[in-house]
Amino acid sequence: MTIEVKNLVKKFGSFAALDGVDLKVNDGELLALLGPSGSGKTTLLRIIAGLDWPDSGEVSFNGEDALAQGARERHVGFVFQHYALFRHMTVFENVAFGLRVQPRAVRKDEAAIRSRVKELLDLVQLDWLADRYPSQLSGGQRQRIALARALAIEPRILLLDEPFGALDAKVRKELRKWLRSLHHEIHVTSIFVTHDQEEALEVANRVVVMDKGRIEQIGSPDDVYDNPATAFVHGFIGESIVLPIQIGDGAIRLGDRQLDLAADGLAPGASKLFVRRHDMLVGPPGSGAFEGAVQHVRNFGPVQRAEVALSGGETIEIDAPRDKELRAGDTIGLNPRRYRIFAG
Amino acid sequence: MGLTLSWLSVIILIPLAGLFLRSLELSPEQFWNILSSRRTLNALRVSFGLAFAAACVNLVMGSIIVWALVRYRFPGRRIFDAIVDVPFALPTAVAGVALTALFAEKGWLGAPLAALGLKVAFTPVGIFVAMIFIGIPFVVRTVQPVLQDLDPEIEEAAGSLGASRLQTIVRVILPSLAPALLTGLALAFARAVGEYGSVIFIAGNLPNVSEIAPLLIVIRLSEFRYADATAIAVVMLVVSFVIIFAVNRLQRWAQSRIPAR
Repeated sequence: MTIEVKNLVKKFGSFAALDGVDLKVNDGELLALLGPSGSGKTTLLRIIAGLDWPDSGEVSFNGEDALAQGARERHVGFVFQHYALFRHMTVFENVAFGLRVQPRAVRKDEAAIRSRVKELLDLVQLDWLADRYPSQLSGGQRQRIALARALAIEPRILLLDEPFGALDAKVRKELRKWLRSLHHEIHVTSIFVTHDQEEALEVANRVVVMDKGRIEQIGSPDDVYDNPATAFVHGFIGESIVLPIQIGDGAIRLGDRQLDLAADGLAPGASKLFVRRHDMLVGPPGSGAFEGAVQHVRNFGPVQRAEVALSGGETIEIDAPRDKELRAGDTIGLNPRRYRIFAG
Repeated sequence: MGLTLSWLSVIILIPLAGLFLRSLELSPEQFWNILSSRRTLNALRVSFGLAFAAACVNLVMGSIIVWALVRYRFPGRRIFDAIVDVPFALPTAVAGVALTALFAEKGWLGAPLAALGLKVAFTPVGIFVAMIFIGIPFVVRTVQPVLQDLDPEIEEAAGSLGASRLQTIVRVILPSLAPALLTGLALAFARAVGEYGSVIFIAGNLPNVSEIAPLLIVIRLSEFRYADATAIAVVMLVVSFVIIFAVNRLQRWAQSRIPAR
């Protein structure tokens, strides 16, 4: 099932939750909607599910107008952040719900429902919990049941709204892997919303980065990390050093220091230079574009993180390999291995 | 623990025991004669029958009111929310006088109803109306917090799984609210059975027709027939207790299917 969204606009009062969004989701892909809270990602997901309606724009499934249908007709599996399990029903009945409420003409008989539910519980590896109530389950188990329940109706599309947002870090990591392998197994077109960049980069085939109701970039996980299209994406995904620079007369300046970086093709004026922390390579003084004094150094697992006061007046944090000798008080040269410059 | 038990004993159990002891002064035969008299039976029938009917009406209407108060935002919602408590706070005699004036043959509501051939004041219908009036807050206030707690997401979940609105209400919402609904029903019923003040003004108090059991007790007391009064009281007590107990069991059963979160 392909999903196509065209020029979607949704306002809550004067706040534009979606401000002209265009998106094409390919058949069978696992897409992440990534953005800070208030970026419109959940609103977009809910409109695709039929739980919200846009002010204007189009949504189509396989070329068919989806906005003409309600949530009930769209045949979309939706997984909520807080599970939304029916707490007066057993796990088994929760999963069976979608099968039991089908119109009589297409409803399966009891035996078929039982075997289908069993199959789904096996798929989420929780068949031994069939007779429990949701309140007796852990968060991770509840979310897997919610997923099994959504899959019961053989949805054309699976939508997950911050599916791991309410879980603790360890469970979240396990479920991420599990979701990816599950998707590999069932191959239903899936979109999941997250504000956790690591989650998006690890799980999805493609990542859509959103901010303020607009799509900033669509690309593979490698793409959005290595080639951020906008300043927002660079700042949001991975940790970045941001330096205010001036471009003019074919040169780049930080404060009054001219940087030894190529200024070809850059528009003159105030800009921002983005560098990843680990892309700032440490060398002897005078060897790089920047020079600075090390303020202090701390070890962070595989790297050491140094705070460096640049001669231009800015203070930055860089990550260097542990074997590089760095001490507070050293003067060092810094050379950005890769960097991006965005106007503004 | 000790304090709880002593307090419950002093406030509730000892007076009830006194009631029972008092009724023991009667021989079983006397007891039976008092109870099987036509007037007593009719009074009990009026009290319990109408109280149950009123509680059922309150269950349905109360649920609708709760739904509107919790799920919709409309101008004046807070005022309506406060109005629900009026029957709680109003002295029952005031309520009785107000209802009587309203439903009397020349009252605002009584006149048009009388034109339709329905006489409310001074008939059993009047008792029914008064019992509905005083019972409504019990249903609303017990169900309200539970509904507030019920995540609207479960309705969206049901909808996206293909359930119609009706299926969502019957299979998801009502079962989740069942324990609270039963509690509200029981409380409204218990209150209506015991209601005295507001009912006697509007009832007309015709023996065998619109005379409620609590009024009969008062009448017997004023005639210094204390044993008669206690006998009726004991029956009311036992029947109320059985009903409350049954509802309690039902509620427990409903709750056991929703273990505490």
